[in-house]
Amino acid sequence: MMPELGKYAGAVLSSYAVSIGLLVLLVAVSVWRARRVKRQLKDVESKAKRHG
Amino acid sequence: MNLNALWEYANPKKFIQTTDRVLPWVSGLAVVALVVGLVWGFFFTPEDYRQGSTVKIIYLHVPSALMAINIWLMMLVTSLIWIVRRHHVSALAARAAAPIGAVMTVIALITGAIWGQPMWGTWWAWDPRLTSFLILFLFYVGYMALWEAIENDDTAADLTSILCLVGSVFALLSRYAVNFWNQGLHQGASLSLDKEENVADVFYHPLLVCIAGFVLLFIALVLLRTRTEIRARRMRALLARERMG
Repeated sequence: MMPELGKYAGAVLSSYAVSIGLLVLLVAVSVWRARRVKRQLKDVESKAKRHG
Repeated sequence: MNLNALWEYANPKKFIQTTDRVLPWVSGLAVVALVVGLVWGFFFTPEDYRQGSTVKIIYLHVPSALMAINIWLMMLVTSLIWIVRRHHVSALAARAAAPIGAVMTVIALITGAIWGQPMWGTWWAWDPRLTSFLILFLFYVGYMALWEAIENDDTAADLTSILCLVGSVFALLSRYAVNFWNQGLHQGASLSLDKEENVADVFYHPLLVCIAGFVLLFIALVLLRTRTEIRARRMRALLARERMG
């Protein structure tokens, strides 16, 4: 199934590996921070409510 | 359509409610478009008679370069909205977009260098487009650093908006460098409104799908990250109120 990339296989495959790796990392960091901040805000809001 | 209704989304609560519904759809469409475009481009397109298999790099390089420039221009628009109308969501959207733009710029620079080595015989040249892209990347880094360095959110939004205005010159230079200075290694645009200048159809169609995928990915990420920035801002405000007693 792998296409014949010839003498440029290294260049093509490394481009895809680096780019997809960076995009996945960006998505993972964004999702992780979104969840963490949402959780932290919930804690702070409930604390603020308790203290009036 | 009543354009004034658009300003409703400057309300953080309304923004979060609306994006709650939109985000899963945009994210799903982004994944589908990216998978279809990249699989089509990588597995089902032929080699180019001059570039060989390195032509497959355009499915990453062209969309990321387009996004690098256009994300900065989106930041310019939202920064101007902040300056003129003082809507916090617009300033936070610019802040949320910057890391995505920086990653797109890095992808464009790296894939360009990897493509350039076998095609031009060098990883890097101080060519107008390459150099203006490197400067654009430095602007992204400076913009993010400025947000982090200033504690007061409104002051940070003011100063980063000014930086964004200045950086827009380089975003436009990155786009038109090839036309302004008719020199350097970088070729003209792969996509153009003039059909004659576009790449061949066999590469063009999967490229359009990849571009759609990158645009949708950006929209999904900027919505997600803006929601995070809105919540982080609210959290800072609550903590500051708590500290003041």
